Amino acid sequence: MNEELAEVLAPYRGRRGSLIPILQAVQAKLGYLPEEAVAEIAQFLAISKSEVFGVATFYSQFRFTKPGRHTVKVCLGTSCYVRGVSQIMSALEQTLGIEAGQTTPDLKFNLERVACFGCCALSPIIVVDDTVCSRVTPEKAKQAISSYE
Amino acid sequence: MNRLEDAMTFEEIQSLAKVEWEAFDRSDRPRILVGAATCGRSAGALDVLQTVNDELARRGIDATVVQVGCIGLCYLEPLVDITKPGRPRICYGNVTPEIAAQLIEDYLVNDNPRPDLALGTIGEGAVEGIPGFFEQPMLKPQVRIILRHCGTIDPVNINHYIALGGYSGFAQSLKMRPEEIIEEIKRSGLRGRGGAGFPTGLKWEFCHRSTGSEKYLVCNADEGDPGAFMNRSVLEGDPHAVLEGMLIAARAIGATHGYVYCRAEYPLALERLRIAISRMKDYALLGEDILGSGFAFDIEIKEGAGAFVCGEETALMASIEGQRGMPRPRPPFPAQAGIWGKPTNINNVETLAAVAVILQRGADWYAQHGTESSKGTKTFALAGKIRRTGLIEVPLGITLREIIYDIGGGVADDKQFKAVQTGGPSGGCLSSEHLDLPVDYETLAQAGSIMGSGGIIVADEDTCIVDFARFFLTFTQAESCGKCAPCRVGTRKMLDILERVTQGEGRDGDIDKLHQLAETIRDGSLCALGGTAPNPVLTTLRYFHGEYEEHIKDKRCSALVCKNLVSYYILPDKCQGCMICLRNCPVGAIKGGKRLVHVVDQSKCTHCGTCLDVCPPRFGAVAKVSGQRIEVPEEPIPVSPSK
Repeated sequence: MNEELAEVLAPYRGRRGSLIPILQAVQAKLGYLPEEAVAEIAQFLAISKSEVFGVATFYSQFRFTKPGRHTVKVCLGTSCYVRGVSQIMSALEQTLGIEAGQTTPDLKFNLERVACFGCCALSPIIVVDDTVCSRVTPEKAKQAISSYE
Repeated sequence: MNRLEDAMTFEEIQSLAKVEWEAFDRSDRPRILVGAATCGRSAGALDVLQTVNDELARRGIDATVVQVGCIGLCYLEPLVDITKPGRPRICYGNVTPEIAAQLIEDYLVNDNPRPDLALGTIGEGAVEGIPGFFEQPMLKPQVRIILRHCGTIDPVNINHYIALGGYSGFAQSLKMRPEEIIEEIKRSGLRGRGGAGFPTGLKWEFCHRSTGSEKYLVCNADEGDPGAFMNRSVLEGDPHAVLEGMLIAARAIGATHGYVYCRAEYPLALERLRIAISRMKDYALLGEDILGSGFAFDIEIKEGAGAFVCGEETALMASIEGQRGMPRPRPPFPAQAGIWGKPTNINNVETLAAVAVILQRGADWYAQHGTESSKGTKTFALAGKIRRTGLIEVPLGITLREIIYDIGGGVADDKQFKAVQTGGPSGGCLSSEHLDLPVDYETLAQAGSIMGSGGIIVADEDTCIVDFARFFLTFTQAESCGKCAPCRVGTRKMLDILERVTQGEGRDGDIDKLHQLAETIRDGSLCALGGTAPNPVLTTLRYFHGEYEEHIKDKRCSALVCKNLVSYYILPDKCQGCMICLRNCPVGAIKGGKRLVHVVDQSKCTHCGTCLDVCPPRFGAVAKVSGQRIEVPEEPIPVSPSK
């Protein structure tokens, strides 16, 4: 087994209900869930690969393709909606030349939708990597991603 | 673990905590509190914190700096509070790094409290020119029980919580029989704060009566409703309150193992929980023999992985077991057969925080607030087009008008109120005729909405109600787990209709079809996600029927939101022929030239609105209309020479 992965999996040996925490830990390590990793996880838990995929594809957190270096998440919560987040999404889609859910060809950015960050009082919200930007306008959103390499 | 602390009695822990709290609260050094919850951070609180620390170091000032949770005035973030020894605490809002540095110079060095920048004072005493913080219009109608510590104590310091009465409710519960604890909660009238409002004491009783040596307790912190952030604020600002509630609940039902199921989108809340749990262990408040009482209980954190349906009890349990988070039919109820088939009790974050305070202060004290059937207080997240957004806590029975106008300051930007949405995607949209309704479980349900977990979103005249309903259906349709047909197929069909209507392709009979689908989904779905999914559509059909008719019959969207129903015209009397719109139009739909009045070719226009955005405000030559035609020249003509 891949040593890096073995290290991630070790603490979960013999623990019930650990599939989701394992998927989270593997994704945290590798950035996504490559097929080989899914096979390793299935073997580790002695379940089928399809069972692992079944669970992983149910939850929006998990990714199956290599992500870009930076992730731009756009909050589509109710308050952000009321305060015009759809224009911000369009502006970002236009600037990055991709649609939500896609990665730029140079692997620089992922553009993702998020149901709600819970920062509704300062909406609209976008989050670039771990930086939360509040009261965003289309201009501010474009500016927020301009400094990333 | 420190064996000495392990063996301490609760009274000893309390005295230790009090010493630490008093050293903080009555310190002879100045204290600076920075509101550094997620909302504060998004507004720049960490930069402010950095400046405060740098500035104190540069000037050699000895002061205590603490990151606290959110006091609720999100619209004024970042918030900084400064206390000088022997003076009340002064709260400052919208603090930038520059203002923070200025405040240190002006107040700490030169003793000028800067009333012009202050929001109010907290605590005994007064400062000239600064009002009392809790006398502010946004705070005066509030009763802060759940939120009492948020923004005031250091959330990662268990001693602060204990010194202010924390864990005394649990210590009290150790002296009571489980039946007595359940009775106390029943007497308090507490109902589940996650949305459904089921009486908490009764829920506990079911689980308590279930036989089995192994039982589970779950804190549902999967706050998935878009537009709600009450639970996040409590977990970030006062995590021990929730954990104390868990201990009490565990003792009442006889649980040995607890889970906090918290969504991964809340990294700070998760971090605060992890720290809090480890501090509890230091004081033997978790483990094999809690406080030497023989009671054993442990808490594990489970991170949600992004599935709204996991807020539903049976789906949440499946997710904890590591499966797809899909609900299952009830019975058996979780209290009979839950996680791994063992009796399980699930309570919301706020319910558990209320439990702790009920055991600390007594059921009667708690029940003095609220109405006959809805006792106590409720936290609400005020957001959308409202002037003062934030987190509030009010006694149940308060009217929507008091919440929106007195506390929230009314609609933002002097716009016209249109609707208030409560209960998230499971709730409904109410109109101005409902503003005087009291907020309690029954009244909101009668109006077709629900109390829900506590999100209150205000929509103004710029929100299209049909598009608003489409927004909610998009969400529930995407989050439907797909297990039962009414929800899986029904929400898709409803969404198809709403999409057509908002695209200007509504047909006769669409409204009837929406009604039929809504009823089938409501009655036939397996869980509450499907059962409540039609609420946003049903309430908007009921209270804003005219807007649906207008979209379907007149192909008009009076809020000018639905793209296909709006048109853009360039007004000949205002256009200066500057060519900016012509150059920016992405589809080449604008004809014109230098000093020629431009014309939009309606057959080419994609209604993107770029021309309106780029037309210089001093000209204001682009008009956006729906359902009407403005007479303009068909071909460019010279700009009139008089201009």
